[in-house]
Amino acid sequence: MQRITVDPITRLEGHGKIEIFLDGEGNVANTYFQIPELRGFERFVVGRPVEEMPLLTNRICGVCPEAHHMAAAKAADAVYHIEIPRTAKMLRELLYSAFYVTDHTTHFYALAGPDFVMGPNAPVAERNILGVIHKVGLEVGGKVIQCRKYGHTVVEMIGGRKVHPCTSIPGGLTKGITAEQRDEIVKMGQWAIEFAQFSLKLFNDIVLGNKAYVDLILGDIYTHKTYYIGTVDANNKVNFYDGMVSVVDPDGKRIGKYAPNEYTDWIAERVEPWTYLKFPYLKKIGWKGFTDGKDSGVYMATPLSRLNAADGMATPRAQEEYAKFYSTLGGKPVHQRLAIHWARLIELLYAAERWVELATDPEITSDNFRAIPTEKPTEGVGIVEAPRGTLTHHYWTDERGVVTKANLIVGTTNNYAPISMSIKKAAQSLIKQGTVVTEGMLNMVEMAFRAYDPCFGCATHSLPGQMPLEVTIRDARGEIINVLRQRC
Amino acid sequence: MTDKPKFAMYWAASCGGCEIAVLNIHEKILDVDANFDVVFWPVAMDAKYKDVEAMPDGYITMTLFNGGIRNDENEHIAKLLRRKSKILVAFGSCANEGCIPGLANLSKPQEIFDTAYATVSTDNPNGIRPQPKWSAPEGELHIPKFYPVLRTLDQVVPVDYHMPGCPPESHQIAAVVDLVVKALHGEATLPPAGAVIGAGDSTVCDECPRTRNVKTIKQFTRIQDFKPDPKLCLLEQGIVCNGPATRSGCGALCPQVGAQCIGCYGPAEGVVDYGARLMTAVASVIDSTDPKEIDKILNGIPDPAGQFYRFNLAKSLLRASKAAIQG
Repeated sequence: MQRITVDPITRLEGHGKIEIFLDGEGNVANTYFQIPELRGFERFVVGRPVEEMPLLTNRICGVCPEAHHMAAAKAADAVYHIEIPRTAKMLRELLYSAFYVTDHTTHFYALAGPDFVMGPNAPVAERNILGVIHKVGLEVGGKVIQCRKYGHTVVEMIGGRKVHPCTSIPGGLTKGITAEQRDEIVKMGQWAIEFAQFSLKLFNDIVLGNKAYVDLILGDIYTHKTYYIGTVDANNKVNFYDGMVSVVDPDGKRIGKYAPNEYTDWIAERVEPWTYLKFPYLKKIGWKGFTDGKDSGVYMATPLSRLNAADGMATPRAQEEYAKFYSTLGGKPVHQRLAIHWARLIELLYAAERWVELATDPEITSDNFRAIPTEKPTEGVGIVEAPRGTLTHHYWTDERGVVTKANLIVGTTNNYAPISMSIKKAAQSLIKQGTVVTEGMLNMVEMAFRAYDPCFGCATHSLPGQMPLEVTIRDARGEIINVLRQRC
Repeated sequence: MTDKPKFAMYWAASCGGCEIAVLNIHEKILDVDANFDVVFWPVAMDAKYKDVEAMPDGYITMTLFNGGIRNDENEHIAKLLRRKSKILVAFGSCANEGCIPGLANLSKPQEIFDTAYATVSTDNPNGIRPQPKWSAPEGELHIPKFYPVLRTLDQVVPVDYHMPGCPPESHQIAAVVDLVVKALHGEATLPPAGAVIGAGDSTVCDECPRTRNVKTIKQFTRIQDFKPDPKLCLLEQGIVCNGPATRSGCGALCPQVGAQCIGCYGPAEGVVDYGARLMTAVASVIDSTDPKEIDKILNGIPDPAGQFYRFNLAKSLLRASKAAIQG
């Protein structure tokens, strides 16, 4: 049997490998996307005090530590059965909104943008952030850097540090913000709204104005009809920090909503012997293998999933964009994976609007930012929407609040099965008997992968830049017959 | 490729926060770019293991290595980069002292696997565990071998410099970049091999603005159980703060926002064993000479192993539990 090893994708080097096996006719027989790392957090947080979870588990991922910090803090609140003050909740969500703006911006401009702004078939040397800047204008680069700085400034003001925030504790936060800080945060947030609108306009002009791109988005190669999950507020609008997790089927019908402490009724994880990462699926539907459709429990948790699983956005400008998104793409749900990029920009606008909404609330500067737990600690679940998917932390403690057991389902992990399916489908579509794999084709495979913004084991996070691929084609004896590379 | 000095950065078992901290030096990144050829940096550019293997020994001027040594692939790359680099920097807490993932050394690998692949949400009736080598119907598949304990970089290869922090603070990274660039132009000299760079030589307490009154205490308290005075030393208010044993350099960020130092900058200058030093500092605030009362007060620290070796276990005199080493 012939084997094609995509080994490794540079920015996952040491952290991800794709094996493609061909059958006797030279068609794709199967693909394996392997995650070669385990660190064992669920084991070694046992024995540690629960108030340390927001500090220890943010070391799962240095790119999205804010997500782990929040999920852990919410789980620790739940362990103590404590309702945190309104100001505490707003401060955490404010920090989280600013983080979202930064994270979504980085992904769009550095990773996804080049494919659309420059075009998937543009010369490799131009298909990067510098190419985008050259085409759209130098000020775009400046804006992206400004956005990163503003986001980190807010994270540090509320969270105490730029990387690995340290202020969320069971019952709230260790500190609040002053009126001066609030004013600065509002000003930066207003800038972020304008920047988000600018980004959507850019997408609108360059992508939606180009039929070839729209056809690409709507094409079958990037489509999977799966279930979708995402957190919604009491009005079934998208929320990143709090709410119930909504689950919709491939027809877009909501089959239920679950509270954090009900997650084990809904989600189960499958173990395979050839990879360290598990494959979550919907328990009520069941695991039917790497396959689409209503009978398969495979689900996706991404910006697109959140939009599909909700009834709309909670802020006015983002809601307008939400309506336009579905009217343009033919109604709900949208299954086309490349639409994740557009959904991400709508979330960017929502996060910026929410940032200002929270920062201008009169109670945001209140001193009432924490409550002292009074109940005996037992067990608790905390869920937030990480940018790359629903993030679940679950702790059990003894009567002193020392962790006795833990379970974590991390953002990207939700998408392990759908990403594996996308890779297989792209490979099957592009590698056929007699076809020669070209660089342009490799980028088409890569685009299937990139839409998810994968962050494996959270140790293997994607950062700005291109995602180069190397494909080695071997004959049945393992001899290399061709090597194709795509460079930055 | 020019004749500029060569730069590399690599992540082993890590979280990616070190990479973010480097990106957060903003315009200083341009100094790196202007003064170095970046020859290997998986997170940011396209170069493969075999490109590194093809380099002559000592080809890379400076490699920043972050992450601990968790599996055979991490070890292989550490040895490869040691051979290819003139200066190898253990960058960040994981590479220097194991960091939070080093707490895995309190457990046997078997326990780690039995936890991860049998959680409450895991559907695994046949007890499947990932295998380094597995025969799929279509062919053999490989993943790296998980080691019994996590090791630090200098437990695997000799290291020239140590740069602490989880992650190293960006202003410290910028200062190190400045220094190395000056040294390359003959305008400064590099510190002696083995030195700690990008950090201070005292303790976090020396950078902390909180007031110390040399006050002793009758009990330890947990941060969620009371509202500490924002101006006074946290340790003297009964919160176990790691400041007295921890190297300066971060600017005492956590205590300034009401959170205790958790020790991410590692042992202060001259400290042989981090936990032993911290225990001494903690003992010094206990207001009792009665052994029974002292025991009672110490019981207020719910997790001594984690408290005293949170970031430092893999590098400490303990290094690991006996069970973990024996597998």
